[in-house]
Amino acid sequence: MLSVSGVAGMVTQVVGVAAGAPLLVGWMRQVRARLEGRAGPGPAQPWRDLRKQLHKQNITPDGTTVVFAAAPVVLAGTSLVIAAIVPGVTTGSPLDRVGDLFAVVGVLLLGTVALALAGLDTGTAFGGMGASRVVTIAALVEPTILVAGVALSVPAHSSNLGRIVATTAADPGLVASPAAALAFAALAVVVVAETGRLPVDNPATHLELTMVHEAMILEYTGPRLALIEWAAAMRLTVLLTLLVNLFVPWGVAGAGAGPAGLLVGLGAVAFKVAALGTALAAAEVFLAKLRLFRVPELLAGSFLLGLLAATTSYFLTGPAG
Amino acid sequence: MSTAACFAGVLGGVSLSGAAAVAAVPTRVSAAASGLATAAVGVTGLVGGALAVAGDLRPAWVGWLVPLSGASFAADATSGLFLLVIGAVSVVAGLYTVGYAAHGHLGRAPLAVLPVFAGAMLVVPLAAAVTTLLLFWEIMALTSLLLVLAEWRREQVRAAALSYAAMTQLGFVAILLGLVVFAAAAPGHAETFPALRDAAVHLGPGPRAAVFLLTLAGFGSKAGLVPLHVWLPKAHPEAPGPVSALMSAAMVNLGIYGIVRVDFVLLGPGPRWWGLVLLAVGALTAVYSVLQAAVATDLKRLLAYSTSENMGLICVALGTAAVLAAAGRPAVAAVATTAALVHLVGHAAFKTLGFLAAGGVAAVTGQRDLDALGGLARPMPVTTVAFGIAALGAAGLPLGCGFVGEWLLVQALTHAVAAGGTLLALVVPLAVGVVALTTGLGVAAMVKAFGVGFLARPRSEGAQRAGEVPATMIAAMALGAISCGVLAVAPAVLVPVLSRVLPELPTGTAHGPGPALGTLVRLPGVGGSVSPALLAVAVGAGVLLALAAARWGSRRRPAARTAALWTCGGGGLTSRMEYTATSFADPLRRVFDAVLRPDVEHVVIAYAQSPYLLEKVSYRSWVHDTVEVVLYRPVLRAVAAAARGARRAHTGSIHAYLAYGAAGLLVALVVVL
Repeated sequence: MLSVSGVAGMVTQVVGVAAGAPLLVGWMRQVRARLEGRAGPGPAQPWRDLRKQLHKQNITPDGTTVVFAAAPVVLAGTSLVIAAIVPGVTTGSPLDRVGDLFAVVGVLLLGTVALALAGLDTGTAFGGMGASRVVTIAALVEPTILVAGVALSVPAHSSNLGRIVATTAADPGLVASPAAALAFAALAVVVVAETGRLPVDNPATHLELTMVHEAMILEYTGPRLALIEWAAAMRLTVLLTLLVNLFVPWGVAGAGAGPAGLLVGLGAVAFKVAALGTALAAAEVFLAKLRLFRVPELLAGSFLLGLLAATTSYFLTGPAG
Repeated sequence: MSTAACFAGVLGGVSLSGAAAVAAVPTRVSAAASGLATAAVGVTGLVGGALAVAGDLRPAWVGWLVPLSGASFAADATSGLFLLVIGAVSVVAGLYTVGYAAHGHLGRAPLAVLPVFAGAMLVVPLAAAVTTLLLFWEIMALTSLLLVLAEWRREQVRAAALSYAAMTQLGFVAILLGLVVFAAAAPGHAETFPALRDAAVHLGPGPRAAVFLLTLAGFGSKAGLVPLHVWLPKAHPEAPGPVSALMSAAMVNLGIYGIVRVDFVLLGPGPRWWGLVLLAVGALTAVYSVLQAAVATDLKRLLAYSTSENMGLICVALGTAAVLAAAGRPAVAAVATTAALVHLVGHAAFKTLGFLAAGGVAAVTGQRDLDALGGLARPMPVTTVAFGIAALGAAGLPLGCGFVGEWLLVQALTHAVAAGGTLLALVVPLAVGVVALTTGLGVAAMVKAFGVGFLARPRSEGAQRAGEVPATMIAAMALGAISCGVLAVAPAVLVPVLSRVLPELPTGTAHGPGPALGTLVRLPGVGGSVSPALLAVAVGAGVLLALAAARWGSRRRPAARTAALWTCGGGGLTSRMEYTATSFADPLRRVFDAVLRPDVEHVVIAYAQSPYLLEKVSYRSWVHDTVEVVLYRPVLRAVAAAARGARRAHTGSIHAYLAYGAAGLLVALVVVL
């Protein structure tokens, strides 16, 4: 069960996500800047920001508890765990059997909850507002992920991500099935909502009243803010990886792949995620942020797509074995 | 080897002598006596549960206990599981009572009733005949009613108790009618469970359906299934802390026990529509209750709705199991049954802890309203941590003790594929959606309860004056927290019990293997595994890695310090500016406006000079129980109208009454002849 290839693949994934996530965010900002006619600071800017934040002093606001201090660490820790589980480079991660799709969703929510509690812990109006909004969105996003997850697990007869990706890679026809198409549409909306991108949240906003993610972290500064920004970038990267590999799994190394296979896997996933990130950034140029109370309509729509995907997959798949 | 009757006798002896002791000792120590007696009853229950699971309790008949029929007792592993759960909750709640009641929150009468209530709950799963079951069911209902009335001077308590009394008696009538119809089919009208089991095959489809529906209604109302749940979110919060825990974590389980015992073991396996009914009722309960919990502002009411929600999820699991068993997929049915039982145990653990923590908060601050709480993490650190662990479990997130049960349920639904044709292919995705929506909203409800209730700054004087609870209460909460932690990372501790319970159930492992609950939780025949323990280790490792990453550049970093909140440069923050539970839940309330139908009162008073200069703005909103408003109020109005009509005939004149009597006799004679 503990193969060298699997462990090496898992380590590659974690290191790749940890190092590459800020680059992805920088790349998406750069794409947007160029499309909007600006020069842009270059893809390495988030890393420079992180380095600057990490050299600042830690400030704990009066009246906050250990929750405030622990939330960034929990958020970053859960993101690293998900990076180790999600099949980005290899389907043979030793943690694949430890956490399936539903557990990954749960761990993801654990990070969201930690940050929401930190927002409430400050006792400020903006902290509470951000927490309330992010929890509302999470409460409506989770059903969609689970239903779409069931739609993808049914043909693979397993909810373990490695198995799903391996099944799709072995039988490319599955990608073209109506169930997969519906599930993709549902998951795409959900990933946009969960990572706080347009049209659900504006990552570049300057107006507190329209913020979701930024409102929660207004009181953070220095190294803790750096951890949160890093973790947010990792969550974006991991979710895009998951989306892209669930539906376009080619290039992912199998369970027993050698170093060459892992390298190919790394290159393939980096390319695919960068391409998806470019598309997302380009689409954001043409999108305006939705009013907060219109967001549930969008999420309800994606939930419906997920439900249709699950129903379709039940009709299309026979029993296991 | 001893008999179940012997054991029931020991239980009765311990609880009654406990009650007598409470009545006899001086007031000063009555709280300790009651708490210790309840804990002793709980320990007896644990011992009995262990014996029952091992199969060491023989069935027995006691002729003198109930006139005419006698009382019959038996214990199989299923009874044993429920004995263990109720016993464990009683031990913790009993220990908690010692400190809680010493605060002067409980009078002598409720203290004396407490051990009897625990004892009655423990005898119910031992009953092996209709009369015996009904007798102890009623003792349990009456003692719990007395305990709800502990603080009878408050108007809400009396209203809640009235609602509870009406619903529990109606539920009793439904169970009674159902079991009478059932027993009528048995040869010689025998009413012991073995006789009923043999009689089930002779029952026609009509009576069989009637028995199923009546017992489901009766037992379901005790478990808080919608639409018979209305009493639960009123009575559970109004009871004192330890009683809330006993009712919400132990008594509701007996509703599930009744459904499993009568509808699955004795009457079942039933046709497919039984499973579908259970699924529909459970799904409705889960979604409706979790929505109410998400917008509730009363801490204990929120927990009570969460109880209803979790009973709904258990019901969904049982329904799925029944449907799959009827469709010939025993292995996946066993997964669903396991999900129901694992979730039942997990719920008992986190709900006990949640109500104990909430009871402590209510006792110390005098507040249950989340809008008036807050800032408890500093003065009450242990209670805060305890409630946090309970909330993590109730949210169904990994590392919490509600996760494995919900995971198994989703897995059972995922692998229900192609089991029963078109209908199931339509029903199962809906059920997945319901479970998923329930988990999502459950997270929102629990973040609200913990974040608004315990973090931030105090919103009332009561919350400001808070201090930590006494040592015995802390010890009880520690026991609860340890159970939650063990169940969260090592569900394998349930294997010795479940491996004996599952073969006894028609939807269990009698016809195939069940899921393996080792370090790695695996499913039979299909892929899919999760390991709560290793996942916890992984999250721990991830957190350590993140901590290490945050140390980058720390040597050149100035020393850490504390500073005033930035608040976007505002400063001068008061607790009036904080988000409250109401405002936190406002987005969700708006999204589900059509279901919740809140009453909103929004008054804006402007100065005479200009409509743009506002003197005062007031905003109030209430969320009612929609089911109660739509379903119960018309019925109650009709009953009241009928009563008014009947009153008109009561003129007080003796001649009129004699005439009624004569007319009645005449009608009876005409009908008979």
